[in-house]
Amino acid sequence: MVDIRIPIGLMFTILGVLITVFGLSTHSNSEMYLRSLGVNVNIIMGLFMLVFGLVMLFLARKKKDPGTADG
Amino acid sequence: MLEKLDLSWIDYLIMLIYFVFVLGIGWFLRKYMKNANAFLEAGRSIPAWVAGLAFISTNLGALEVMGMTGSGMKYGMLTTHFYWIGAIPAMIFLAVFMMPFYYGSKARSVPEFLKLRYDEKTRGLNAILFAVMTILASGISMYALAILMEKVLGWDFNISLWVSALIVLGYTYLGGLSSAIYNEVLQFFIIVIGLLPLVFLSLKDVGGWAGLKESLAPISTDMGYAADAWTTTWKYSGHATSNPLGVEWFGILFGLGFVLSFGYWCTNFLIVQRAFAAESVTASRKVPLIGAIPKMFIPFLIIVPGIISLALWKDPSKNFVMPLDAGGKPIYDYTIIMLLRQYLPAGVLGLGITALLASFMSGMAGNVSAFNTVWTYDIYQSYIRRPTGNEEADGKHYLNVGRVATIFGVLLSIAAAYIATKFGNIMDFLQTIFSMINAPLFAVIFLGMFWRRTTGHAAFIGLLSGFLLALLHHGLTVPEGATTLVKGGWLGVVHTYPVEMAQNFWTAIIAFSSATLITVFLSLVTRQIKTEDDLRGLVYSLTPRLKEENVPWYQRPAGLAVIVAVICIILSIMFW
Repeated sequence: MVDIRIPIGLMFTILGVLITVFGLSTHSNSEMYLRSLGVNVNIIMGLFMLVFGLVMLFLARKKKDPGTADG
Repeated sequence: MLEKLDLSWIDYLIMLIYFVFVLGIGWFLRKYMKNANAFLEAGRSIPAWVAGLAFISTNLGALEVMGMTGSGMKYGMLTTHFYWIGAIPAMIFLAVFMMPFYYGSKARSVPEFLKLRYDEKTRGLNAILFAVMTILASGISMYALAILMEKVLGWDFNISLWVSALIVLGYTYLGGLSSAIYNEVLQFFIIVIGLLPLVFLSLKDVGGWAGLKESLAPISTDMGYAADAWTTTWKYSGHATSNPLGVEWFGILFGLGFVLSFGYWCTNFLIVQRAFAAESVTASRKVPLIGAIPKMFIPFLIIVPGIISLALWKDPSKNFVMPLDAGGKPIYDYTIIMLLRQYLPAGVLGLGITALLASFMSGMAGNVSAFNTVWTYDIYQSYIRRPTGNEEADGKHYLNVGRVATIFGVLLSIAAAYIATKFGNIMDFLQTIFSMINAPLFAVIFLGMFWRRTTGHAAFIGLLSGFLLALLHHGLTVPEGATTLVKGGWLGVVHTYPVEMAQNFWTAIIAFSSATLITVFLSLVTRQIKTEDDLRGLVYSLTPRLKEENVPWYQRPAGLAVIVAVICIILSIMFW
């Protein structure tokens, strides 16, 4: 019917890019990251989500390739 | 009271993206919803891993996340009893022993299984109680979430309640059970990833597990417990008074580990429905086992941060705020959101709030999709309009009924949430009462599957009297320090339990034992109306064993069950 890995992969890729870019653009704002004990969690979580999203998309593609696409 | 937590544009943007995806999944699936079978049963076509994650995700509702983090602060590592002893054994039992009959019977719901195995009245009793319980549960969790968002984020109660309910309605109306299940998988990942930074940051703050133990030791001895009472599970369960949970090993093992957990995991249609939707009987047996693997590790995601929050709260240098009730005790339900507020900067904060919303939605969609199925098949189709025989027209008709039931289910939940704002105690009371049906239900289903002599009359009376005796026990006992009749003792007080948990465990034990005894006794004195042919596929001794010779051991349900059990035992020993 639908491969759920595609929407999951897409969503986490988008969120990953968004949060990573936000983390990079706020990197100099050390006051903002006082809460998170000086760690820029946005970059870490953003990259993690990006990788997770891409892995999901990759797995979905890999499964589709051998047989004919069945929608 | 609380200083409001301000979200920034990025946090709202993250939430918005999440909303677009959940609704998008429903929109994409709408074209497959051609009949009631597709809408209410997902066409029995869901792969095992998808249904397995949905199985655990629907249980990971808002009340679970809020409650378990709060319990972590209140009871420490003993809260993991709700997972390692209070869930895993029951999930293994469901997978290995019960799914072949549930799935093989072709029943579309748990009440329908009762109809096939016993009779109409047993089904009717269960269907009606279940439908009411589901609406109550979804209303109460909606209320709890909206009030949390109002107090901490300053969101308008009405807006957050209606928006979150309408989004759930949107995707369940469009794509039915498939949409609920697919979204639960997406929500599962959002919950885990959204709460992950909290685990790492809070652990880092207290100096890791060793640092946590050290800072909890004086707090624990201050309260009159052993120094490591908050970081161990079974060590102090010899006496009820020597551990913060207030229950001894027998109550934990039998009350929680057996009666309550088997009653919930093996008979609650909300949960079991995910396994019913699997693509084959083998897949359906793998569903609870695949769900069990993340389930075992969820304590590290939500309970451990809860435990840490006790250390933070007692250390003034951490500036960790907890809202207090009139008696000066922390309001434990706020623990998770206060932790989000403590550690997460804009960006991941939005992700954390989205995780809470996702947990709410996965729980509520579970309730709604179970409600519309039970309403359509077990109430409407059996008592209001029977099938005409024209399969295509019937499929369309019941699809529409299912859709209307979805709308009504959501509206009734919203009504329940508003009643909870005025009469919260009454709603909690009703939920306590309706959940008392689980333990006798397990007794009746278990006997039905494994003892062919069990009769319909016996099951009906066993179920009803187990329920009524549980009610009687609740009416005659109170937990110590109870201030309202909601907690029990509304018929007079015969016995006082040290804590509410002990009372709950014993209520369930009494419900289960009496239902079992009464059903067994009455089965022996009533006549079995069902023939062997009727019972084939429903009872163990009359069902041919499943053959799985060509499958490697680790892909067989039993092999997978052994893996799950071993991991669970290792975890229990590590945190003994």
